[in-house]
Amino acid sequence: MNYYAIRAIYIFEMSRAWRTLMESIAAPILSTSLYFVVFGAAIGARMGEIDGIGYGAFIIPGLVMLSLLSISVSNASFGIYFPKFSGTIYEILTAPASAIEIVLGYVGAAASKSVILGLLILLTARLFVDYEIAHPVWMLAFLLLTAITFSLLGFIIGLWANDFQQLQIIPLMVITPLTFLGGAFYSIEMLPEPWQTISLFNPVVYLISGFRWSFYGISDVNVVISFGMTIFFMLSCLAVIRWIFNSGYRLRS
Amino acid sequence: MKPIISISNLTKTYASGQQALSEINLEIQRGEIFALLGPNGAGKTTLIGIICGLVTQNEGSVSVDGHDIQKEFRAARAMIGLVPQELSTAAFETVLSTLNFSRGLFGKPPNAAYIEKVLRDLSLWDKRNAMIITLSGGMKRRVLIAKALCHEPQILFLDEPTAGVDVELRRDMWQMVRQLRDSGVTIILTTHYIEEAEEMADRIGIINKGRLIVVEEKTKMMDSLGSKQLTLTLREPLSHLPDTFEPDSLALSENGHTLTYTYGTQQQDNGISELLRQLSEQKIEIKDLHSSESSLEDIFVNLVKEKA
Repeated sequence: MNYYAIRAIYIFEMSRAWRTLMESIAAPILSTSLYFVVFGAAIGARMGEIDGIGYGAFIIPGLVMLSLLSISVSNASFGIYFPKFSGTIYEILTAPASAIEIVLGYVGAAASKSVILGLLILLTARLFVDYEIAHPVWMLAFLLLTAITFSLLGFIIGLWANDFQQLQIIPLMVITPLTFLGGAFYSIEMLPEPWQTISLFNPVVYLISGFRWSFYGISDVNVVISFGMTIFFMLSCLAVIRWIFNSGYRLRS
Repeated sequence: MKPIISISNLTKTYASGQQALSEINLEIQRGEIFALLGPNGAGKTTLIGIICGLVTQNEGSVSVDGHDIQKEFRAARAMIGLVPQELSTAAFETVLSTLNFSRGLFGKPPNAAYIEKVLRDLSLWDKRNAMIITLSGGMKRRVLIAKALCHEPQILFLDEPTAGVDVELRRDMWQMVRQLRDSGVTIILTTHYIEEAEEMADRIGIINKGRLIVVEEKTKMMDSLGSKQLTLTLREPLSHLPDTFEPDSLALSENGHTLTYTYGTQQQDNGISELLRQLSEQKIEIKDLHSSESSLEDIFVNLVKEKA
Protein backbone atom coordinates (compact mmCIF):
# COMPACT_ATOMS: atom_id res chain seq x y z
CA MET A 1 0.00 0.00 0.00
CA ASN A 2 1.39 3.39 -1.02
CA TYR A 3 0.21 5.41 2.02
CA TYR A 4 2.25 8.43 1.03
CA ALA A 5 0.34 8.63 -2.25
CA ILE A 6 -3.03 8.52 -0.48
CA ARG A 7 -1.81 11.20 1.90
CA ALA A 8 -0.47 13.38 -0.92
CA ILE A 9 -3.75 13.30 -2.86
CA TYR A 10 -5.81 13.79 0.30
CA ILE A 11 -3.80 16.83 1.39
CA PHE A 12 -3.89 18.27 -2.14
CA GLU A 13 -7.67 17.96 -2.31
CA MET A 14 -8.26 19.33 1.20
CA SER A 15 -6.04 22.33 0.54
CA ARG A 16 -8.03 23.00 -2.61
CA ALA A 17 -11.17 23.32 -0.46
CA TRP A 18 -9.30 25.62 1.91
CA ARG A 19 -8.31 27.87 -1.00
CA THR A 20 -11.90 28.05 -2.19
CA LEU A 21 -13.44 28.39 1.26
CA MET A 22 -16.23 30.72 0.16
CA GLU A 23 -17.33 28.48 -2.67
CA SER A 24 -16.97 25.13 -0.94
CA ILE A 25 -18.21 25.92 2.58
CA ALA A 26 -19.82 29.34 2.84
CA ALA A 27 -22.02 29.07 -0.26
CA PRO A 28 -23.74 25.76 0.66
CA ILE A 29 -24.35 27.01 4.21
CA LEU A 30 -25.88 30.20 2.86
CA SER A 31 -28.16 28.41 0.41
CA THR A 32 -29.31 25.95 3.08
CA SER A 33 -30.04 28.87 5.39
CA LEU A 34 -32.22 30.36 2.66
CA TYR A 35 -34.17 27.11 2.47
CA PHE A 36 -34.76 27.28 6.21
CA VAL A 37 -35.93 30.87 6.01
CA VAL A 38 -38.29 30.24 3.08
CA PHE A 39 -39.57 26.71 3.76
CA GLY A 40 -39.05 26.50 7.49
CA ALA A 41 -40.05 29.93 8.75
CA ALA A 42 -42.24 31.49 6.04
CA ILE A 43 -44.07 28.55 4.48
CA GLY A 44 -43.54 26.06 7.32
CA ALA A 45 -45.54 28.22 9.73
CA ARG A 46 -48.63 27.56 7.60
CA MET A 47 -47.94 23.82 7.16
CA GLY A 48 -49.33 21.14 9.45
CA GLU A 49 -47.17 18.72 11.35
CA ILE A 50 -45.99 15.59 9.57
CA ASP A 51 -46.05 12.47 11.74
CA GLY A 52 -46.13 14.74 14.76
CA ILE A 53 -43.05 16.69 13.73
CA GLY A 54 -43.17 20.41 12.98
CA TYR A 55 -42.48 21.16 9.30
CA GLY A 56 -39.37 23.22 10.02
CA ALA A 57 -37.82 20.33 11.92
CA PHE A 58 -39.13 17.76 9.44
CA ILE A 59 -37.19 19.19 6.52
CA ILE A 60 -33.82 19.43 8.33
CA PRO A 61 -32.58 15.89 7.51
CA GLY A 62 -33.73 16.31 3.90
CA LEU A 63 -31.98 19.65 3.51
CA VAL A 64 -28.75 18.29 4.96
CA MET A 65 -28.96 15.39 2.50
CA LEU A 66 -29.70 17.78 -0.36
CA SER A 67 -26.46 19.67 0.28
CA LEU A 68 -24.52 16.52 1.10
CA LEU A 69 -25.42 14.86 -2.20
CA SER A 70 -24.74 17.83 -4.43
CA ILE A 71 -21.53 18.85 -2.69
CA SER A 72 -20.18 15.26 -2.64
CA VAL A 73 -20.83 14.84 -6.34
CA SER A 74 -19.48 18.23 -7.38
CA ASN A 75 -16.41 18.02 -5.18
CA ALA A 76 -15.38 14.52 -6.19
CA SER A 77 -16.20 14.98 -9.89
CA PHE A 78 -14.26 18.23 -10.13
CA GLY A 79 -11.36 16.79 -8.12
CA ILE A 80 -10.61 14.12 -10.72
CA TYR A 81 -11.94 15.92 -13.80
CA PHE A 82 -9.72 18.97 -13.42
CA PRO A 83 -6.40 17.06 -13.60
CA LYS A 84 -7.77 15.38 -16.72
CA PHE A 85 -8.66 18.77 -18.17
CA SER A 86 -5.36 20.47 -17.27
CA GLY A 87 -3.20 17.47 -18.14
CA THR A 88 -1.73 17.02 -14.67
CA ILE A 89 -3.36 13.57 -14.47
CA TYR A 90 -0.21 12.25 -16.17
CA GLU A 91 1.45 12.33 -12.79
CA ILE A 92 -1.30 10.29 -11.11
CA LEU A 93 -1.26 7.71 -13.91
CA THR A 94 2.52 7.30 -13.90
CA ALA A 95 2.78 7.08 -10.11
CA PRO A 96 3.33 3.75 -8.36
CA ALA A 97 -0.21 3.99 -6.96
CA SER A 98 -3.05 1.55 -7.54
CA ALA A 99 -6.68 2.43 -8.26
CA ILE A 100 -7.54 1.78 -4.62
CA GLU A 101 -5.01 4.31 -3.39
CA ILE A 102 -6.08 6.93 -5.92
CA VAL A 103 -9.75 6.46 -5.01
CA LEU A 104 -9.00 6.56 -1.27
CA GLY A 105 -7.20 9.88 -1.74
CA TYR A 106 -9.75 11.61 -3.94
CA VAL A 107 -12.97 10.11 -2.58
CA GLY A 108 -11.70 10.21 0.99
CA ALA A 109 -11.05 13.94 0.69
CA ALA A 110 -14.37 14.66 -1.03
CA ALA A 111 -16.31 12.65 1.57
CA SER A 112 -14.44 14.33 4.44
CA LYS A 113 -15.36 17.75 3.10
CA SER A 114 -19.00 16.68 2.70
CA VAL A 115 -19.23 15.34 6.25
CA ILE A 116 -17.72 18.53 7.67
CA LEU A 117 -20.15 20.56 5.62
CA GLY A 118 -23.11 18.38 6.66
CA LEU A 119 -22.28 18.92 10.32
CA LEU A 120 -21.87 22.67 9.78
CA ILE A 121 -25.29 22.80 8.13
CA LEU A 122 -26.79 20.94 11.07
CA LEU A 123 -25.26 23.50 13.42
CA THR A 124 -26.60 26.34 11.25
CA ALA A 125 -30.07 24.76 11.28
CA ARG A 126 -30.03 25.00 15.06
CA LEU A 127 -30.18 28.78 14.68
CA PHE A 128 -33.54 28.49 12.91
CA VAL A 129 -35.26 25.43 14.32
CA ASP A 130 -35.09 23.32 17.46
CA TYR A 131 -34.53 19.67 16.70
CA GLU A 132 -33.24 16.57 18.43
CA ILE A 133 -31.28 13.58 17.22
CA ALA A 134 -32.74 10.32 18.48
CA HIS A 135 -29.99 8.01 17.17
CA PRO A 136 -26.76 10.06 16.86
CA VAL A 137 -24.59 7.08 15.95
CA TRP A 138 -26.90 6.09 13.10
CA MET A 139 -27.13 9.71 12.07
CA LEU A 140 -23.34 9.81 11.68
CA ALA A 141 -23.35 6.43 9.93
CA PHE A 142 -25.90 7.62 7.34
CA LEU A 143 -24.04 10.89 6.92
CA LEU A 144 -20.75 9.12 6.35
CA LEU A 145 -22.14 6.41 4.06
CA THR A 146 -24.01 8.92 1.93
CA ALA A 147 -20.98 11.19 1.68
CA ILE A 148 -18.79 8.27 0.57
CA THR A 149 -21.36 6.86 -1.86
CA PHE A 150 -22.04 10.13 -3.62
CA SER A 151 -18.37 11.06 -3.67
CA LEU A 152 -17.79 7.73 -5.45
CA LEU A 153 -20.58 8.62 -7.88
CA GLY A 154 -19.00 12.05 -8.41
CA PHE A 155 -15.63 10.40 -9.01
CA ILE A 156 -17.21 8.24 -11.73
CA ILE A 157 -18.80 11.30 -13.35
CA GLY A 158 -15.45 13.11 -13.27
CA LEU A 159 -13.69 10.15 -14.89
CA TRP A 160 -16.40 9.85 -17.51
CA ALA A 161 -16.81 13.52 -18.41
CA ASN A 162 -14.97 14.79 -21.46
CA ASP A 163 -15.90 18.44 -21.06
CA PHE A 164 -17.38 20.83 -18.52
CA GLN A 165 -20.89 20.39 -19.86
CA GLN A 166 -20.80 16.64 -19.31
CA LEU A 167 -19.44 17.33 -15.84
CA GLN A 168 -22.53 19.42 -15.03
CA ILE A 169 -25.22 17.50 -16.85
CA ILE A 170 -25.65 14.54 -14.46
CA PRO A 171 -25.76 16.61 -11.27
CA LEU A 172 -28.24 19.03 -12.87
CA MET A 173 -30.43 16.66 -14.85
CA VAL A 174 -30.37 13.54 -12.67
CA ILE A 175 -29.22 14.14 -9.14
CA THR A 176 -31.06 17.41 -8.42
CA PRO A 177 -34.47 16.04 -9.58
CA LEU A 178 -33.94 12.80 -7.70
CA THR A 179 -33.13 14.74 -4.54
CA PHE A 180 -36.13 17.06 -4.83
CA LEU A 181 -38.38 14.08 -5.51
CA GLY A 182 -36.68 12.04 -2.80
CA GLY A 183 -38.79 13.33 0.05
CA ALA A 184 -36.62 16.17 1.30
CA PHE A 185 -39.64 18.49 1.65
CA TYR A 186 -42.44 15.95 2.16
CA SER A 187 -43.20 12.45 3.28
CA ILE A 188 -43.67 10.20 0.28
CA GLU A 189 -46.86 8.95 1.96
CA MET A 190 -48.30 12.35 1.03
CA LEU A 191 -47.96 11.46 -2.67
CA PRO A 192 -50.86 9.91 -4.63
CA GLU A 193 -50.35 6.56 -6.34
CA PRO A 194 -48.63 5.69 -8.68
CA TRP A 195 -46.07 8.30 -7.57
CA GLN A 196 -45.58 6.63 -4.22
CA THR A 197 -44.55 3.37 -5.86
CA ILE A 198 -42.43 5.13 -8.47
CA SER A 199 -40.62 6.96 -5.66
CA LEU A 200 -39.40 3.63 -4.33
CA PHE A 201 -37.12 3.38 -7.40
CA ASN A 202 -35.42 6.60 -6.37
CA PRO A 203 -32.33 5.73 -4.32
CA VAL A 204 -32.39 9.14 -2.63
CA VAL A 205 -35.70 8.24 -0.95
CA TYR A 206 -33.88 5.59 1.08
CA LEU A 207 -31.08 7.93 2.10
CA ILE A 208 -33.41 10.70 3.27
CA SER A 209 -35.82 8.31 4.93
CA GLY A 210 -33.07 6.55 6.86
CA PHE A 211 -31.42 9.82 7.79
CA ARG A 212 -34.74 11.27 9.03
CA TRP A 213 -35.34 8.13 11.06
CA SER A 214 -32.05 8.71 12.89
CA PHE A 215 -33.40 12.12 13.95
CA TYR A 216 -37.04 11.51 14.79
CA GLY A 217 -37.56 7.75 14.69
CA ILE A 218 -40.02 8.11 11.78
CA SER A 219 -39.40 6.87 8.25
CA ASP A 220 -41.06 6.35 4.88
CA VAL A 221 -39.40 2.99 4.39
CA ASN A 222 -37.99 0.50 6.88
CA VAL A 223 -34.63 1.72 8.16
CA VAL A 224 -32.97 -1.65 7.53
CA ILE A 225 -33.99 -1.43 3.88
CA SER A 226 -32.71 2.15 3.79
CA PHE A 227 -29.36 1.11 5.14
CA GLY A 228 -29.17 -1.93 2.84
CA MET A 229 -29.96 0.18 -0.24
CA THR A 230 -27.31 2.73 0.68
CA ILE A 231 -24.70 0.00 1.03
CA PHE A 232 -25.86 -1.57 -2.24
CA PHE A 233 -25.54 1.74 -4.04
CA MET A 234 -22.05 2.26 -2.65
CA LEU A 235 -20.92 -1.20 -3.78
CA SER A 236 -22.31 -0.53 -7.27
CA CYS A 237 -20.22 2.64 -7.52
CA LEU A 238 -17.13 0.75 -6.37
CA ALA A 239 -17.73 -1.92 -9.01
CA VAL A 240 -17.96 0.72 -11.76
CA ILE A 241 -14.74 2.39 -10.61
CA ARG A 242 -12.98 -0.95 -10.48
CA TRP A 243 -14.04 -1.59 -14.06
CA ILE A 244 -12.88 1.87 -15.18
CA PHE A 245 -9.40 1.36 -13.76
CA ASN A 246 -9.09 -2.20 -15.00
CA SER A 247 -10.15 -1.35 -18.53
CA GLY A 248 -8.45 2.06 -18.62
CA TYR A 249 -11.73 3.55 -19.90
CA ARG A 250 -11.16 7.27 -20.59
CA LEU A 251 -7.95 7.12 -18.55
CA ARG A 252 -5.34 5.23 -20.56
CA SER A 253 -5.36 5.02 -24.34
CA MET B 1 25.94 -4.95 -17.52
CA LYS B 2 22.23 -5.67 -17.61
CA PRO B 3 20.23 -3.02 -19.45
CA ILE B 4 18.05 -0.83 -17.23
CA ILE B 5 15.13 -0.91 -19.67
CA SER B 6 14.35 -3.80 -22.02
CA ILE B 7 11.65 -3.41 -24.61
CA SER B 8 10.64 -6.37 -26.70
CA ASN B 9 8.22 -6.62 -29.60
CA LEU B 10 6.28 -3.61 -28.46
CA THR B 11 3.27 -2.87 -30.64
CA LYS B 12 0.56 -0.30 -30.21
CA THR B 13 -2.46 0.43 -32.35
CA TYR B 14 -4.84 3.08 -31.02
CA ALA B 15 -8.60 2.56 -30.93
CA SER B 16 -8.81 4.94 -33.89
CA GLY B 17 -6.89 2.35 -35.93
CA GLN B 18 -3.73 4.41 -36.04
CA GLN B 19 -0.70 2.18 -35.71
CA ALA B 20 1.64 4.11 -33.43
CA LEU B 21 4.34 1.52 -32.79
CA SER B 22 5.19 -1.73 -34.47
CA GLU B 23 7.51 -4.37 -33.02
CA ILE B 24 9.88 -2.11 -31.16
CA ASN B 25 12.91 -3.85 -29.64
CA LEU B 26 15.26 -1.68 -27.64
CA GLU B 27 17.58 -1.85 -24.67
CA ILE B 28 18.58 1.21 -22.69
CA GLN B 29 21.88 0.93 -20.86
CA ARG B 30 22.35 2.05 -17.27
CA GLY B 31 23.69 5.58 -16.99
CA GLU B 32 23.51 6.59 -20.63
CA ILE B 33 21.80 9.48 -22.34
CA PHE B 34 19.64 8.01 -25.07
CA ALA B 35 18.03 10.29 -27.61
CA LEU B 36 14.96 9.17 -29.45
CA LEU B 37 14.83 11.12 -32.64
CA GLY B 38 12.00 11.30 -35.10
CA PRO B 39 9.57 13.56 -36.92
CA ASN B 40 6.26 14.58 -35.36
CA GLY B 41 3.89 11.66 -35.05
CA ALA B 42 6.66 9.07 -35.32
CA GLY B 43 5.68 7.33 -32.08
CA LYS B 44 8.15 8.86 -29.62
CA THR B 45 5.57 9.99 -27.10
CA THR B 46 3.63 6.74 -27.40
CA LEU B 47 6.77 4.74 -26.61
CA ILE B 48 7.46 6.86 -23.53
CA GLY B 49 3.79 6.70 -22.59
CA ILE B 50 3.84 2.91 -22.52
CA ILE B 51 6.98 2.70 -20.41
CA CYS B 52 5.65 5.25 -17.92
CA GLY B 53 2.11 3.86 -17.67
CA LEU B 54 0.05 6.38 -19.65
CA VAL B 55 -0.63 4.11 -22.60
CA THR B 56 -1.32 0.37 -22.65
CA GLN B 57 0.44 -1.67 -25.30
CA ASN B 58 -1.32 -4.23 -27.50
CA GLU B 59 1.59 -6.62 -27.66
CA GLY B 60 5.10 -6.99 -26.34
CA SER B 61 6.60 -6.25 -22.97
CA VAL B 62 8.76 -3.75 -21.17
CA SER B 63 10.80 -4.35 -18.06
CA VAL B 64 12.45 -1.68 -15.96
CA ASP B 65 15.43 -2.97 -13.99
CA GLY B 66 13.92 -6.45 -14.25
CA HIS B 67 10.41 -5.38 -13.20
CA ASP B 68 7.63 -5.91 -15.72
CA ILE B 69 5.82 -2.56 -16.13
CA GLN B 70 2.41 -4.18 -15.71
CA LYS B 71 2.89 -7.03 -13.25
CA GLU B 72 5.27 -5.09 -11.03
CA PHE B 73 4.14 -1.58 -11.86
CA ARG B 74 4.98 -0.22 -8.43
CA ALA B 75 8.64 -1.21 -8.51
CA ALA B 76 8.97 -0.17 -12.16
CA ARG B 77 7.27 3.21 -11.86
CA ALA B 78 8.99 4.16 -8.60
CA MET B 79 12.26 4.23 -10.56
CA ILE B 80 10.99 6.55 -13.28
CA GLY B 81 10.55 10.30 -13.46
CA LEU B 82 8.69 11.78 -16.43
CA VAL B 83 8.86 15.33 -17.72
CA PRO B 84 5.96 15.62 -20.16
CA GLN B 85 5.94 17.60 -23.35
CA GLU B 86 3.02 19.83 -22.38
CA LEU B 87 3.39 22.36 -19.58
CA SER B 88 0.79 20.62 -17.44
CA THR B 89 0.99 21.99 -13.92
CA ALA B 90 -1.48 22.69 -11.17
CA ALA B 91 -2.09 26.42 -11.46
CA PHE B 92 -2.89 27.56 -7.93
CA GLU B 93 -0.40 25.45 -5.99
CA THR B 94 2.91 26.82 -4.79
CA VAL B 95 6.10 25.33 -6.19
CA LEU B 96 7.00 23.78 -2.86
CA SER B 97 3.61 22.16 -2.26
CA THR B 98 3.48 20.69 -5.75
CA LEU B 99 6.90 19.10 -5.19
CA ASN B 100 5.83 17.65 -1.86
CA PHE B 101 2.76 16.29 -3.62
CA SER B 102 4.85 14.62 -6.33
CA ARG B 103 7.24 13.07 -3.84
CA GLY B 104 4.39 11.64 -1.78
CA LEU B 105 2.58 10.35 -4.85
CA PHE B 106 5.63 8.27 -5.69
CA GLY B 107 5.65 6.73 -2.23
CA LYS B 108 8.52 8.61 -0.65
CA PRO B 109 8.44 10.04 2.88
CA PRO B 110 8.80 13.83 3.10
CA ASN B 111 12.38 15.08 2.85
CA ALA B 112 12.68 18.84 3.00
CA ALA B 113 16.45 18.82 2.53
CA TYR B 114 16.26 16.84 -0.71
CA ILE B 115 13.47 19.01 -2.10
CA GLU B 116 15.54 22.09 -1.27
CA LYS B 117 18.49 20.63 -3.17
CA VAL B 118 16.37 19.93 -6.25
CA LEU B 119 14.95 23.45 -6.15
CA ARG B 120 18.37 25.03 -5.75
CA ASP B 121 19.86 22.95 -8.58
CA LEU B 122 17.12 24.20 -10.88
CA SER B 123 17.36 27.81 -9.66
CA LEU B 124 13.82 27.60 -8.32
CA TRP B 125 14.53 28.10 -4.62
CA ASP B 126 13.62 31.80 -4.71
CA LYS B 127 10.31 30.88 -6.31
CA ARG B 128 9.40 28.13 -3.85
CA ASN B 129 6.43 30.02 -2.40
CA ALA B 130 5.23 31.42 -5.72
CA MET B 131 2.00 30.16 -7.23
CA ILE B 132 2.79 28.17 -10.37
CA ILE B 133 0.40 30.21 -12.52
CA THR B 134 2.56 33.31 -11.92
CA LEU B 135 5.70 31.68 -13.37
CA SER B 136 7.04 32.11 -16.90
CA GLY B 137 7.00 29.22 -19.39
CA GLY B 138 10.67 28.46 -18.82
CA MET B 139 10.16 28.41 -15.06
CA LYS B 140 7.18 26.09 -15.41
CA ARG B 141 9.36 23.75 -17.44
CA ARG B 142 11.86 23.73 -14.57
CA VAL B 143 9.05 23.02 -12.11
CA LEU B 144 8.07 19.99 -14.20
CA ILE B 145 11.66 18.76 -14.14
CA ALA B 146 11.82 19.31 -10.38
CA LYS B 147 8.57 17.36 -9.96
CA ALA B 148 10.02 14.49 -11.94
CA LEU B 149 13.21 14.50 -9.87
CA CYS B 150 11.83 14.93 -6.38
CA HIS B 151 11.22 11.21 -5.79
CA GLU B 152 14.87 10.43 -6.60
CA PRO B 153 14.26 8.45 -9.81
CA GLN B 154 17.00 6.41 -11.45
CA ILE B 155 15.57 6.93 -14.91
CA LEU B 156 14.45 10.28 -16.26
CA PHE B 157 12.30 10.69 -19.35
CA LEU B 158 12.37 14.09 -21.01
CA ASP B 159 9.73 14.37 -23.70
CA GLU B 160 10.76 17.25 -25.98
CA PRO B 161 12.45 19.06 -23.08
CA THR B 162 13.49 22.12 -25.05
CA ALA B 163 10.47 22.62 -27.29
CA GLY B 164 9.64 26.32 -27.18
CA VAL B 165 12.48 27.08 -24.80
CA ASP B 166 14.85 29.99 -25.39
CA VAL B 167 18.49 29.42 -26.27
CA GLU B 168 19.85 30.27 -22.84
CA LEU B 169 17.49 27.96 -21.01
CA ARG B 170 18.24 25.24 -23.53
CA ARG B 171 21.96 25.48 -22.71
CA ASP B 172 21.13 25.40 -18.99
CA MET B 173 18.96 22.37 -19.49
CA TRP B 174 21.67 20.50 -21.38
CA GLN B 175 24.09 21.35 -18.60
CA MET B 176 21.65 20.02 -16.03
CA VAL B 177 21.03 16.82 -17.96
CA ARG B 178 24.76 16.15 -18.08
CA GLN B 179 25.05 16.70 -14.35
CA LEU B 180 22.22 14.26 -13.78
CA ARG B 181 23.88 11.66 -15.95
CA ASP B 182 27.11 12.16 -14.02
CA SER B 183 25.20 11.45 -10.81
CA GLY B 184 24.15 8.10 -12.26
CA VAL B 185 20.68 8.83 -13.64
CA THR B 186 19.81 7.20 -16.96
CA ILE B 187 18.25 9.72 -19.31
CA ILE B 188 15.99 9.14 -22.26
CA LEU B 189 15.02 12.21 -24.20
CA THR B 190 12.93 12.67 -27.29
CA THR B 191 13.53 15.49 -29.62
CA HIS B 192 13.09 16.57 -33.15
CA TYR B 193 15.95 19.00 -32.79
CA ILE B 194 18.86 17.09 -34.24
CA GLU B 195 21.23 19.62 -32.72
CA GLU B 196 20.03 18.51 -29.33
CA ALA B 197 20.68 14.82 -29.94
CA GLU B 198 24.05 15.61 -31.48
CA GLU B 199 25.01 17.75 -28.50
CA MET B 200 23.74 15.49 -25.72
CA ALA B 201 23.29 11.86 -26.56
CA ASP B 202 25.56 8.87 -26.06
CA ARG B 203 23.34 6.78 -28.28
CA ILE B 204 20.64 7.68 -30.74
CA GLY B 205 17.58 5.80 -31.87
CA ILE B 206 15.77 7.01 -34.96
CA ILE B 207 12.09 6.30 -35.07
CA ASN B 208 9.77 6.92 -37.99
CA LYS B 209 6.19 5.82 -38.57
CA GLY B 210 6.25 3.62 -35.46
CA ARG B 211 9.38 1.70 -36.43
CA LEU B 212 12.81 1.96 -34.92
CA ILE B 213 14.96 2.42 -38.00
CA VAL B 214 18.37 2.50 -36.43
CA VAL B 215 19.97 2.47 -32.98
CA GLU B 216 23.61 3.40 -32.82
CA GLU B 217 26.22 5.17 -30.75
CA LYS B 218 26.20 8.77 -31.83
CA THR B 219 29.84 8.89 -32.94
CA LYS B 220 29.56 5.60 -34.84
CA MET B 221 26.38 6.74 -36.50
CA MET B 222 28.02 9.92 -37.65
CA ASP B 223 31.04 7.98 -38.90
CA SER B 224 29.29 5.17 -40.69
CA LEU B 225 26.37 7.06 -42.08
CA GLY B 226 28.03 10.41 -42.45
CA SER B 227 29.55 11.71 -45.62
CA LYS B 228 31.66 14.66 -46.64
CA GLN B 229 31.19 16.97 -49.53
CA LEU B 230 33.86 18.72 -51.53
CA THR B 231 32.62 21.79 -53.35
CA LEU B 232 34.71 23.07 -56.25
CA THR B 233 34.07 26.50 -57.71
CA LEU B 234 35.14 26.59 -61.36
CA ARG B 235 36.81 29.46 -63.18
CA GLU B 236 34.84 28.81 -66.37
CA PRO B 237 31.33 27.31 -66.36
CA LEU B 238 30.91 23.77 -67.70
CA SER B 239 27.99 22.88 -69.94
CA HIS B 240 27.99 19.22 -68.93
CA LEU B 241 29.90 16.75 -66.77
CA PRO B 242 32.90 15.15 -68.45
CA ASP B 243 32.06 11.52 -69.38
CA THR B 244 34.94 10.11 -67.38
CA PHE B 245 33.33 10.91 -64.02
CA GLU B 246 30.83 8.81 -62.14
CA PRO B 247 27.59 10.79 -62.11
CA ASP B 248 26.59 9.33 -58.69
CA SER B 249 29.19 11.06 -56.63
CA LEU B 250 29.66 14.17 -58.69
CA ALA B 251 27.07 16.83 -59.43
CA LEU B 252 27.23 19.94 -61.53
CA SER B 253 25.24 22.99 -60.51
CA GLU B 254 22.72 24.42 -62.95
CA ASN B 255 24.78 27.44 -63.84
CA GLY B 256 27.80 25.18 -64.42
CA HIS B 257 29.96 27.05 -61.95
CA THR B 258 30.23 24.51 -59.12
CA LEU B 259 31.01 20.83 -58.91
CA THR B 260 29.98 18.93 -55.78
CA TYR B 261 31.75 15.69 -54.93
CA THR B 262 30.28 13.46 -52.20
CA TYR B 263 32.35 10.76 -50.48
CA GLY B 264 32.12 8.60 -47.34
CA THR B 265 34.18 9.52 -44.31
CA GLN B 266 35.10 5.85 -43.74
CA GLN B 267 36.53 5.10 -47.19
CA GLN B 268 40.28 4.41 -47.35
CA ASP B 269 40.60 5.95 -50.77
CA ASN B 270 38.11 8.74 -51.03
CA GLY B 271 38.96 9.48 -54.66
CA ILE B 272 39.78 13.13 -54.17
CA SER B 273 43.25 12.98 -55.69
CA GLU B 274 41.91 11.00 -58.64
CA LEU B 275 39.21 13.64 -59.16
CA LEU B 276 41.69 16.49 -59.02
CA ARG B 277 44.03 14.67 -61.41
CA GLN B 278 41.25 14.16 -63.92
CA LEU B 279 40.11 17.77 -63.64
CA SER B 280 43.59 19.04 -64.43
CA GLU B 281 43.87 16.57 -67.33
CA GLN B 282 40.66 18.01 -68.77
CA LYS B 283 42.07 21.52 -68.22
CA ILE B 284 39.23 22.44 -65.88
CA GLU B 285 40.52 25.21 -63.65
CA ILE B 286 39.43 25.58 -60.06
CA LYS B 287 38.88 28.98 -58.50
CA ASP B 288 38.01 27.85 -54.95
CA LEU B 289 37.28 24.70 -52.95
CA HIS B 290 35.90 23.76 -49.55
CA SER B 291 34.80 20.58 -47.84
CA SER B 292 32.01 20.03 -45.28
CA GLU B 293 30.91 17.14 -43.08
CA SER B 294 27.28 16.05 -43.07
CA SER B 295 25.42 16.74 -39.86
CA LEU B 296 23.20 14.34 -38.01
CA GLU B 297 20.38 16.22 -39.62
CA ASP B 298 21.44 15.14 -43.10
CA ILE B 299 21.88 11.56 -41.91
CA PHE B 300 18.46 11.68 -40.36
CA VAL B 301 16.75 13.11 -43.41
CA ASN B 302 18.42 10.48 -45.60
CA LEU B 303 17.41 7.62 -43.31
CA VAL B 304 13.82 8.73 -43.00
CA LYS B 305 13.62 9.19 -46.77
CA GLU B 306 15.21 5.84 -47.56
CA LYS B 307 13.08 3.75 -45.23
CA ALA B 308 9.83 5.58 -45.86
